[in-house]
Amino acid sequence: MDDIGGHDILGNPVSARAPMAMLAELTHRCPLACPYCSNPVELTRVNSELSAAEWADVFQQAAAMGVLQVHLSGGEPASRRDLAEIAASARDAGLYVNLITSGIGLTQARLRDLDAAGVEHIQLSLQGIDAEMADWIGGYTGSFARKMQVAEWIGEIGFPLTLNAVVHRQNLDRLPEMIDLAERLGCRRIEVATVQFHGWADLNRRPLMPTLEQAAEARKVVNEARLRLRGRMVIDYVPADHHATFPKSCMGGWASTGINIAPDGTVLPCHAAQTIQSLEFDNIRARSLAEIWYNGRAFNAFRGTAWLPEPCASCDRREIDYGGCRCQAMALAGDPTATDPVCSRSPLNPVLKAQAQQDAVSEDVALVYRRMPKETRA
Amino acid sequence: MTAPSLPDDCVPYLPRGVRLHDDKVRGIRVLLAPERAISLDPVGDAILSELDGARTLGDLIAELAARYQAPAEQVGQDMREFLTGLIDRRMVFLRESGARGA
Repeated sequence: MDDIGGHDILGNPVSARAPMAMLAELTHRCPLACPYCSNPVELTRVNSELSAAEWADVFQQAAAMGVLQVHLSGGEPASRRDLAEIAASARDAGLYVNLITSGIGLTQARLRDLDAAGVEHIQLSLQGIDAEMADWIGGYTGSFARKMQVAEWIGEIGFPLTLNAVVHRQNLDRLPEMIDLAERLGCRRIEVATVQFHGWADLNRRPLMPTLEQAAEARKVVNEARLRLRGRMVIDYVPADHHATFPKSCMGGWASTGINIAPDGTVLPCHAAQTIQSLEFDNIRARSLAEIWYNGRAFNAFRGTAWLPEPCASCDRREIDYGGCRCQAMALAGDPTATDPVCSRSPLNPVLKAQAQQDAVSEDVALVYRRMPKETRA
Repeated sequence: MTAPSLPDDCVPYLPRGVRLHDDKVRGIRVLLAPERAISLDPVGDAILSELDGARTLGDLIAELAARYQAPAEQVGQDMREFLTGLIDRRMVFLRESGARGA
Protein backbone atom coordinates (compact mmCIF):
# COMPACT_ATOMS: atom_id res chain seq x y z
CA MET A 1 0.00 0.00 0.00
CA ASP A 2 1.11 3.55 -0.54
CA ASP A 3 2.63 5.50 2.26
CA ILE A 4 1.23 8.99 2.19
CA GLY A 5 2.43 11.58 4.58
CA GLY A 6 2.75 15.06 5.95
CA HIS A 7 4.96 16.73 8.50
CA ASP A 8 5.46 16.32 12.23
CA ILE A 9 5.28 19.14 14.72
CA LEU A 10 8.82 20.28 13.83
CA GLY A 11 8.28 20.07 10.07
CA ASN A 12 10.08 16.75 9.48
CA PRO A 13 8.46 14.57 6.83
CA VAL A 14 6.51 11.62 8.23
CA SER A 15 4.56 8.77 6.70
CA ALA A 16 1.85 6.51 7.94
CA ARG A 17 0.70 2.97 7.34
CA ALA A 18 -2.92 1.92 7.19
CA PRO A 19 -4.67 1.88 10.57
CA MET A 20 -5.59 -1.46 12.19
CA ALA A 21 -8.21 -0.65 14.80
CA MET A 22 -10.87 1.88 15.64
CA LEU A 23 -12.29 2.87 18.99
CA ALA A 24 -15.79 4.17 18.35
CA GLU A 25 -17.04 6.18 21.30
CA LEU A 26 -20.73 6.10 20.51
CA THR A 27 -21.78 8.33 23.39
CA HIS A 28 -20.44 9.92 26.54
CA ARG A 29 -23.66 9.06 28.37
CA CYS A 30 -23.18 6.42 31.07
CA PRO A 31 -25.16 5.31 34.10
CA LEU A 32 -21.92 4.77 36.00
CA ALA A 33 -19.68 7.55 37.28
CA CYS A 34 -16.29 5.83 37.67
CA PRO A 35 -13.76 8.31 39.03
CA TYR A 36 -11.10 7.17 36.53
CA CYS A 37 -13.26 7.41 33.41
CA SER A 38 -11.15 7.73 30.26
CA ASN A 39 -13.60 10.17 28.68
CA PRO A 40 -12.51 13.80 28.65
CA VAL A 41 -13.50 16.02 31.55
CA GLU A 42 -15.48 18.06 29.00
CA LEU A 43 -18.12 15.57 27.93
CA THR A 44 -20.03 15.66 24.64
CA ARG A 45 -23.75 16.26 24.88
CA VAL A 46 -26.29 13.91 23.37
CA ASN A 47 -27.53 16.30 20.67
CA SER A 48 -24.13 16.43 18.97
CA GLU A 49 -23.65 12.64 18.79
CA LEU A 50 -23.13 11.05 15.37
CA SER A 51 -26.23 9.31 14.03
CA ALA A 52 -26.32 5.59 13.22
CA ALA A 53 -26.15 6.48 9.52
CA GLU A 54 -23.05 8.59 10.10
CA TRP A 55 -21.42 5.73 12.02
CA ALA A 56 -22.24 3.34 9.16
CA ASP A 57 -20.39 5.64 6.79
CA VAL A 58 -17.41 5.90 9.18
CA PHE A 59 -17.20 2.09 9.33
CA GLN A 60 -17.27 1.77 5.54
CA GLN A 61 -14.47 4.31 5.23
CA ALA A 62 -12.48 2.60 7.99
CA ALA A 63 -12.73 -0.85 6.44
CA ALA A 64 -11.73 0.52 3.03
CA MET A 65 -8.60 2.00 4.63
CA GLY A 66 -7.57 -1.28 6.23
CA VAL A 67 -9.11 -1.10 9.71
CA LEU A 68 -9.79 -4.67 10.85
CA GLN A 69 -11.43 -4.30 14.23
CA VAL A 70 -13.83 -1.84 15.77
CA HIS A 71 -14.38 -1.45 19.49
CA LEU A 72 -17.82 -0.05 20.25
CA SER A 73 -17.40 1.92 23.41
CA GLY A 74 -18.50 5.08 25.17
CA GLY A 75 -19.47 6.20 27.80
CA GLU A 76 -21.82 3.28 27.91
CA PRO A 77 -22.65 2.18 24.34
CA ALA A 78 -25.87 0.55 25.59
CA SER A 79 -27.08 4.06 26.43
CA ARG A 80 -27.75 4.34 22.70
CA ARG A 81 -31.02 2.72 21.71
CA ASP A 82 -29.71 2.18 18.18
CA LEU A 83 -26.66 0.19 19.37
CA ALA A 84 -27.67 -3.01 17.53
CA GLU A 85 -28.17 -1.07 14.30
CA ILE A 86 -24.73 0.52 14.69
CA ALA A 87 -23.14 -2.87 15.44
CA ALA A 88 -24.78 -4.41 12.38
CA SER A 89 -23.44 -1.64 10.16
CA ALA A 90 -19.92 -2.25 11.46
CA ARG A 91 -20.21 -5.96 10.71
CA ASP A 92 -21.66 -5.18 7.26
CA ALA A 93 -18.54 -3.12 6.58
CA GLY A 94 -16.50 -6.27 7.25
CA LEU A 95 -15.10 -5.22 10.62
CA TYR A 96 -14.53 -7.46 13.63
CA VAL A 97 -17.02 -6.10 16.15
CA ASN A 98 -16.13 -5.88 19.84
CA LEU A 99 -18.47 -4.35 22.42
CA ILE A 100 -16.97 -2.64 25.48
CA THR A 101 -19.66 -2.23 28.12
CA SER A 102 -20.40 -1.96 31.82
CA GLY A 103 -23.42 -4.17 31.16
CA ILE A 104 -25.76 -1.57 32.64
CA GLY A 105 -28.62 -0.99 30.23
CA LEU A 106 -28.31 -4.39 28.53
CA THR A 107 -31.22 -6.80 28.78
CA GLN A 108 -31.50 -10.38 27.61
CA ALA A 109 -33.50 -9.18 24.59
CA ARG A 110 -30.96 -6.51 23.68
CA LEU A 111 -28.12 -9.03 23.95
CA ARG A 112 -29.98 -11.32 21.54
CA ASP A 113 -30.33 -8.38 19.15
CA LEU A 114 -26.60 -7.72 19.42
CA ASP A 115 -25.94 -11.39 18.73
CA ALA A 116 -28.08 -11.18 15.60
CA ALA A 117 -26.34 -7.93 14.64
CA GLY A 118 -23.02 -9.74 14.57
CA VAL A 119 -21.23 -8.62 17.75
CA GLU A 120 -18.31 -11.04 18.03
CA HIS A 121 -16.87 -10.41 21.47
CA ILE A 122 -17.86 -8.57 24.64
CA GLN A 123 -15.64 -6.83 27.16
CA LEU A 124 -17.40 -6.32 30.46
CA SER A 125 -15.93 -3.82 32.89
CA LEU A 126 -15.33 -4.80 36.50
CA GLN A 127 -15.13 -2.12 39.20
CA GLY A 128 -14.77 -4.47 42.16
CA ILE A 129 -15.25 -7.99 43.38
CA ASP A 130 -18.45 -7.34 45.33
CA ALA A 131 -21.35 -4.91 45.43
CA GLU A 132 -19.80 -2.86 48.22
CA MET A 133 -16.68 -2.01 46.21
CA ALA A 134 -18.14 -2.03 42.68
CA ASP A 135 -21.17 0.13 43.49
CA TRP A 136 -19.01 2.62 45.40
CA ILE A 137 -16.49 2.96 42.57
CA GLY A 138 -19.16 3.06 39.88
CA GLY A 139 -21.30 5.46 41.91
CA TYR A 140 -24.37 3.36 41.16
CA THR A 141 -26.24 1.21 43.66
CA GLY A 142 -27.14 -2.20 42.27
CA SER A 143 -24.62 -2.07 39.44
CA PHE A 144 -22.68 -5.14 40.55
CA ALA A 145 -25.73 -7.38 40.85
CA ARG A 146 -26.93 -6.20 37.46
CA LYS A 147 -23.53 -6.77 35.89
CA MET A 148 -23.38 -10.34 37.20
CA GLN A 149 -26.82 -10.97 35.71
CA VAL A 150 -25.65 -9.59 32.36
CA ALA A 151 -22.53 -11.79 32.50
CA GLU A 152 -24.77 -14.82 32.90
CA TRP A 153 -26.86 -13.84 29.86
CA ILE A 154 -23.70 -13.26 27.84
CA GLY A 155 -22.58 -16.79 28.72
CA GLU A 156 -25.98 -18.26 27.80
CA ILE A 157 -25.85 -16.69 24.35
CA GLY A 158 -22.26 -17.82 23.97
CA PHE A 159 -20.45 -14.55 23.30
CA PRO A 160 -16.73 -14.83 24.02
CA LEU A 161 -16.20 -12.72 27.12
CA THR A 162 -13.32 -10.67 28.49
CA LEU A 163 -13.53 -9.14 31.93
CA ASN A 164 -11.93 -5.68 32.05
CA ALA A 165 -10.79 -5.10 35.60
CA VAL A 166 -9.61 -1.58 36.31
CA VAL A 167 -7.39 -1.69 39.37
CA HIS A 168 -6.16 0.94 41.81
CA ARG A 169 -5.25 1.23 45.47
CA GLN A 170 -8.78 0.59 46.71
CA ASN A 171 -9.29 -2.76 44.93
CA LEU A 172 -5.85 -4.05 43.90
CA ASP A 173 -5.50 -6.27 46.97
CA ARG A 174 -8.42 -8.32 45.69
CA LEU A 175 -6.91 -9.09 42.30
CA PRO A 176 -6.79 -12.86 42.96
CA GLU A 177 -10.56 -12.87 43.49
CA MET A 178 -11.07 -10.90 40.27
CA ILE A 179 -9.13 -13.54 38.36
CA ASP A 180 -11.18 -16.28 40.07
CA LEU A 181 -14.39 -14.48 39.11
CA ALA A 182 -13.32 -14.26 35.47
CA GLU A 183 -12.63 -17.98 35.54
CA ARG A 184 -16.02 -18.74 37.10
CA LEU A 185 -17.73 -16.65 34.42
CA GLY A 186 -16.02 -18.71 31.73
CA CYS A 187 -13.99 -15.77 30.38
CA ARG A 188 -11.35 -16.45 27.78
CA ARG A 189 -9.48 -13.37 28.87
CA ILE A 190 -9.17 -10.95 31.72
CA GLU A 191 -7.59 -7.56 31.24
CA VAL A 192 -6.15 -6.13 34.41
CA ALA A 193 -5.45 -2.48 33.76
CA THR A 194 -4.07 -0.14 36.36
CA VAL A 195 -5.74 3.27 36.28
CA GLN A 196 -4.07 5.74 33.92
CA PHE A 197 -3.80 8.99 35.79
CA HIS A 198 -5.16 11.37 33.18
CA GLY A 199 -8.39 13.32 33.04
CA TRP A 200 -10.89 12.21 35.68
CA ALA A 201 -8.36 9.89 37.31
CA ASP A 202 -5.95 12.78 37.74
CA LEU A 203 -8.58 14.36 40.00
CA ASN A 204 -8.51 11.17 42.07
CA ARG A 205 -4.82 10.47 42.42
CA ARG A 206 -4.91 10.47 46.22
CA PRO A 207 -7.58 7.79 46.70
CA LEU A 208 -6.55 5.70 43.66
CA MET A 209 -2.75 5.69 43.38
CA PRO A 210 -1.49 2.16 44.14
CA THR A 211 1.40 1.63 46.52
CA LEU A 212 4.70 0.21 45.35
CA GLU A 213 4.02 -2.92 47.41
CA GLN A 214 0.64 -3.40 45.74
CA ALA A 215 2.17 -3.05 42.29
CA ALA A 216 4.85 -5.64 43.11
CA GLU A 217 2.30 -8.05 44.60
CA ALA A 218 0.00 -7.63 41.56
CA ARG A 219 2.87 -8.58 39.26
CA LYS A 220 3.41 -11.73 41.32
CA VAL A 221 -0.29 -12.62 41.31
CA VAL A 222 -0.47 -12.16 37.52
CA ASN A 223 2.62 -14.27 36.88
CA GLU A 224 1.35 -17.12 39.08
CA ALA A 225 -2.12 -17.02 37.56
CA ARG A 226 -0.73 -17.05 34.00
CA LEU A 227 1.10 -20.29 34.74
CA ARG A 228 -1.85 -21.87 36.51
CA LEU A 229 -4.39 -20.87 33.84
CA ARG A 230 -2.29 -21.50 30.76
CA GLY A 231 -4.52 -22.67 27.92
CA ARG A 232 -7.66 -21.82 29.91
CA MET A 233 -7.62 -18.06 30.33
CA VAL A 234 -5.38 -15.30 29.01
CA ILE A 235 -4.35 -12.50 31.37
CA ASP A 236 -3.41 -9.15 29.86
CA TYR A 237 -1.87 -6.89 32.44
CA VAL A 238 -1.23 -3.15 32.28
CA PRO A 239 0.97 -2.28 35.26
CA ALA A 240 1.05 1.02 37.09
CA ASP A 241 3.35 3.17 35.00
CA HIS A 242 4.09 5.65 37.78
CA HIS A 243 6.09 2.85 39.38
CA ALA A 244 7.79 1.70 36.18
CA THR A 245 11.32 2.38 34.95
CA PHE A 246 10.35 3.11 31.35
CA PRO A 247 7.16 4.48 29.83
CA LYS A 248 4.66 2.47 27.86
CA SER A 249 4.68 2.68 24.10
CA CYS A 250 1.40 4.52 24.15
CA MET A 251 -0.89 3.37 21.32
CA GLY A 252 2.16 1.60 19.84
CA GLY A 253 3.41 5.02 18.76
CA TRP A 254 1.30 8.13 18.13
CA ALA A 255 -1.17 7.62 15.26
CA SER A 256 0.52 4.41 14.16
CA THR A 257 -2.22 1.79 14.48
CA GLY A 258 -5.45 3.09 15.99
CA ILE A 259 -8.08 5.74 15.36
CA ASN A 260 -10.45 7.03 17.99
CA ILE A 261 -13.73 8.66 17.06
CA ALA A 262 -15.39 10.77 19.74
CA PRO A 263 -19.20 10.81 20.01
CA ASP A 264 -19.46 14.07 18.04
CA GLY A 265 -17.25 12.80 15.20
CA THR A 266 -13.97 14.33 16.32
CA VAL A 267 -11.19 12.08 15.05
CA LEU A 268 -8.38 11.50 17.54
CA PRO A 269 -5.13 9.50 17.68
CA CYS A 270 -6.10 8.41 21.21
CA HIS A 271 -8.97 8.91 23.61
CA ALA A 272 -7.13 11.51 25.70
CA ALA A 273 -5.59 13.51 22.84
CA GLN A 274 -7.87 16.49 23.34
CA THR A 275 -5.98 17.29 26.53
CA ILE A 276 -3.28 18.59 24.19
CA GLN A 277 -4.97 21.88 23.52
CA SER A 278 -2.36 23.15 21.09
CA LEU A 279 -3.52 20.53 18.57
CA GLU A 280 -6.58 21.00 16.41
CA PHE A 281 -8.60 17.91 15.61
CA ASP A 282 -10.61 17.29 12.47
CA ASN A 283 -14.20 16.09 12.44
CA ILE A 284 -15.48 13.24 10.30
CA ARG A 285 -18.41 15.45 9.32
CA ALA A 286 -15.97 17.80 7.52
CA ARG A 287 -13.20 15.59 6.04
CA SER A 288 -12.79 11.99 4.98
CA LEU A 289 -11.23 9.54 7.41
CA ALA A 290 -8.34 8.82 5.03
CA GLU A 291 -7.54 12.50 4.65
CA ILE A 292 -7.56 12.96 8.42
CA TRP A 293 -5.44 9.85 9.06
CA TYR A 294 -2.79 10.58 6.44
CA ASN A 295 -2.80 14.37 6.25
CA GLY A 296 -4.41 15.62 9.46
CA ARG A 297 -1.99 17.84 11.33
CA ALA A 298 -2.84 16.38 14.73
CA PHE A 299 -2.22 12.84 13.44
CA ASN A 300 1.13 13.77 11.92
CA ALA A 301 2.25 15.92 14.87
CA PHE A 302 4.08 13.18 16.79
CA ARG A 303 4.49 10.46 14.18
CA GLY A 304 7.87 8.79 13.89
CA THR A 305 10.86 9.71 16.05
CA ALA A 306 12.37 12.77 14.32
CA TRP A 307 10.51 15.24 16.59
CA LEU A 308 11.76 13.60 19.81
CA PRO A 309 13.72 15.85 22.18
CA GLU A 310 16.58 14.72 24.39
CA PRO A 311 16.95 12.48 26.32
CA CYS A 312 14.71 10.50 23.91
CA ALA A 313 16.46 11.53 20.67
CA SER A 314 19.64 9.63 21.55
CA CYS A 315 17.96 6.93 23.64
CA ASP A 316 18.27 3.30 22.55
CA ARG A 317 14.61 2.78 23.46
CA ARG A 318 13.22 5.48 21.14
CA GLU A 319 11.85 2.93 18.67
CA ILE A 320 10.38 0.92 21.55
CA ASP A 321 8.38 3.54 23.43
CA TYR A 322 8.52 6.64 21.17
CA GLY A 323 9.05 8.83 24.22
CA GLY A 324 5.99 7.44 26.01
CA CYS A 325 2.57 9.01 26.27
CA ARG A 326 2.06 12.51 24.79
CA CYS A 327 -0.98 13.17 26.95
CA GLN A 328 0.94 12.24 30.08
CA ALA A 329 3.78 14.54 28.99
CA MET A 330 1.20 17.30 28.58
CA ALA A 331 -0.43 16.60 31.93
CA LEU A 332 2.74 16.21 33.98
CA ALA A 333 5.32 18.34 32.18
CA GLY A 334 2.96 20.89 30.64
CA ASP A 335 4.60 20.15 27.27
CA PRO A 336 3.32 17.54 24.80
CA THR A 337 6.78 17.12 23.25
CA ALA A 338 8.50 16.35 26.56
CA THR A 339 9.81 12.93 27.53
CA ASP A 340 7.00 11.15 29.35
CA PRO A 341 7.80 11.96 33.00
CA VAL A 342 7.11 8.35 34.06
CA CYS A 343 10.42 7.52 32.33
CA SER A 344 13.33 7.21 34.75
CA ARG A 345 15.42 9.22 32.28
CA SER A 346 13.08 12.22 32.41
CA PRO A 347 14.40 15.10 34.53
CA LEU A 348 10.92 15.32 36.07
CA ASN A 349 10.86 11.67 37.13
CA PRO A 350 12.13 12.11 40.73
CA VAL A 351 9.38 14.65 41.44
CA LEU A 352 6.76 12.42 39.85
CA LYS A 353 7.87 9.34 41.79
CA ALA A 354 7.87 11.26 45.06
CA GLN A 355 4.39 12.61 44.35
CA ALA A 356 3.09 9.13 43.44
CA GLN A 357 4.44 7.72 46.68
CA GLN A 358 2.90 10.54 48.64
CA ASP A 359 -0.46 10.02 46.86
CA ALA A 360 -0.25 6.30 47.58
CA VAL A 361 -0.05 6.79 51.35
CA SER A 362 -2.89 9.30 51.40
CA GLU A 363 -5.81 8.36 53.61
CA ASP A 364 -8.12 10.33 51.36
CA VAL A 365 -10.96 8.12 50.08
CA ALA A 366 -13.29 10.86 48.82
CA LEU A 367 -13.90 10.24 45.11
CA VAL A 368 -14.54 12.87 42.47
CA TYR A 369 -17.10 11.08 40.32
CA ARG A 370 -17.38 11.59 36.60
CA ARG A 371 -20.61 13.49 35.96
CA MET A 372 -22.18 14.89 32.82
CA PRO A 373 -23.13 18.55 32.93
CA LYS A 374 -26.91 18.81 33.24
CA GLU A 375 -28.62 18.91 29.85
CA THR A 376 -30.62 22.08 29.41
CA ARG A 377 -33.90 21.34 27.73
CA ALA A 378 -34.71 23.44 24.70
CA MET B 1 8.75 -24.08 26.25
CA THR B 2 7.16 -27.47 26.84
CA ALA B 3 6.97 -29.83 23.89
CA PRO B 4 3.55 -29.75 22.24
CA SER B 5 1.70 -32.94 23.11
CA LEU B 6 -1.60 -32.75 21.29
CA PRO B 7 -3.00 -36.23 20.67
CA ASP B 8 -3.79 -37.30 17.11
CA ASP B 9 -7.45 -37.83 17.93
CA CYS B 10 -8.18 -34.33 19.26
CA VAL B 11 -10.26 -32.00 17.08
CA PRO B 12 -8.91 -28.44 16.90
CA TYR B 13 -11.33 -25.71 15.84
CA LEU B 14 -11.70 -21.93 15.74
CA PRO B 15 -14.13 -20.98 18.51
CA ARG B 16 -16.77 -18.32 18.25
CA GLY B 17 -15.16 -14.88 18.05
CA VAL B 18 -12.11 -16.11 16.15
CA ARG B 19 -12.13 -16.10 12.36
CA LEU B 20 -10.01 -15.92 9.26
CA HIS B 21 -10.22 -12.75 7.21
CA ASP B 22 -9.04 -11.66 3.79
CA ASP B 23 -7.26 -8.36 4.31
CA LYS B 24 -7.63 -6.92 0.83
CA VAL B 25 -5.96 -3.61 1.71
CA ARG B 26 -2.71 -5.26 2.81
CA GLY B 27 -3.04 -8.30 0.57
CA ILE B 28 -2.66 -10.76 3.46
CA ARG B 29 -4.71 -13.30 5.39
CA VAL B 30 -5.29 -12.51 9.06
CA LEU B 31 -6.68 -14.30 12.07
CA LEU B 32 -9.09 -12.01 13.92
CA ALA B 33 -9.66 -12.67 17.61
CA PRO B 34 -10.63 -10.61 20.66
CA GLU B 35 -8.24 -7.63 20.79
CA ARG B 36 -5.86 -9.34 18.36
CA ALA B 37 -5.23 -9.46 14.63
CA ILE B 38 -2.49 -11.85 13.55
CA SER B 39 -1.11 -11.83 10.03
CA LEU B 40 -0.71 -15.35 8.72
CA ASP B 41 1.95 -16.78 6.47
CA PRO B 42 0.79 -19.28 3.83
CA VAL B 43 1.53 -22.23 6.13
CA GLY B 44 -0.48 -20.79 9.03
CA ASP B 45 -3.31 -19.94 6.67
CA ALA B 46 -3.27 -23.45 5.19
CA ILE B 47 -3.47 -25.04 8.64
CA LEU B 48 -6.23 -22.82 10.01
CA SER B 49 -8.26 -23.01 6.79
CA GLU B 50 -8.50 -26.77 7.27
CA LEU B 51 -10.00 -26.60 10.78
CA ASP B 52 -13.59 -27.63 10.26
CA GLY B 53 -14.42 -28.81 13.77
CA ALA B 54 -14.93 -32.35 12.50
CA ARG B 55 -11.60 -33.80 11.41
CA THR B 56 -9.03 -34.90 13.96
CA LEU B 57 -5.52 -33.52 14.16
CA GLY B 58 -4.30 -36.84 12.73
CA ASP B 59 -6.61 -36.45 9.70
CA LEU B 60 -5.38 -32.89 9.17
CA ILE B 61 -1.73 -33.86 9.37
CA ALA B 62 -2.24 -36.60 6.80
CA GLU B 63 -4.15 -34.23 4.53
CA LEU B 64 -1.53 -31.47 4.61
CA ALA B 65 1.40 -33.89 4.37
CA ALA B 66 -0.12 -35.35 1.21
CA ARG B 67 -0.94 -31.96 -0.26
CA TYR B 68 2.52 -30.52 0.28
CA GLN B 69 4.33 -33.82 -0.25
CA ALA B 70 6.10 -33.40 3.07
CA PRO B 71 6.96 -36.03 5.72
CA ALA B 72 3.99 -36.47 8.07
CA GLU B 73 6.31 -36.37 11.05
CA GLN B 74 7.61 -32.90 10.13
CA VAL B 75 4.14 -31.58 9.28
CA GLY B 76 2.82 -32.95 12.57
CA GLN B 77 5.54 -31.27 14.58
CA ASP B 78 5.00 -27.91 12.84
CA MET B 79 1.24 -28.11 13.28
CA ARG B 80 1.43 -29.05 16.93
CA GLU B 81 3.78 -26.17 17.64
CA PHE B 82 1.65 -23.66 15.74
CA LEU B 83 -1.64 -24.83 17.22
CA THR B 84 -0.27 -25.02 20.76
CA GLY B 85 0.70 -21.34 20.55
CA LEU B 86 -2.84 -20.45 19.54
CA ILE B 87 -4.40 -22.78 22.12
CA ASP B 88 -2.41 -21.03 24.85
CA ARG B 89 -3.80 -17.73 23.59
CA ARG B 90 -7.36 -19.13 23.52
CA MET B 91 -7.65 -18.66 19.76
CA VAL B 92 -7.94 -22.36 18.98
CA PHE B 93 -10.08 -24.73 21.04
CA LEU B 94 -9.92 -28.52 21.22
CA ARG B 95 -12.51 -31.15 21.60
CA GLU B 96 -12.06 -34.88 22.01
CA SER B 97 -12.90 -36.73 18.82
CA GLY B 98 -15.59 -38.70 20.71
CA ALA B 99 -17.38 -35.44 21.55
CA ARG B 100 -17.98 -34.46 17.95
CA GLY B 101 -21.32 -34.55 16.24
CA ALA B 102 -22.78 -31.37 17.72
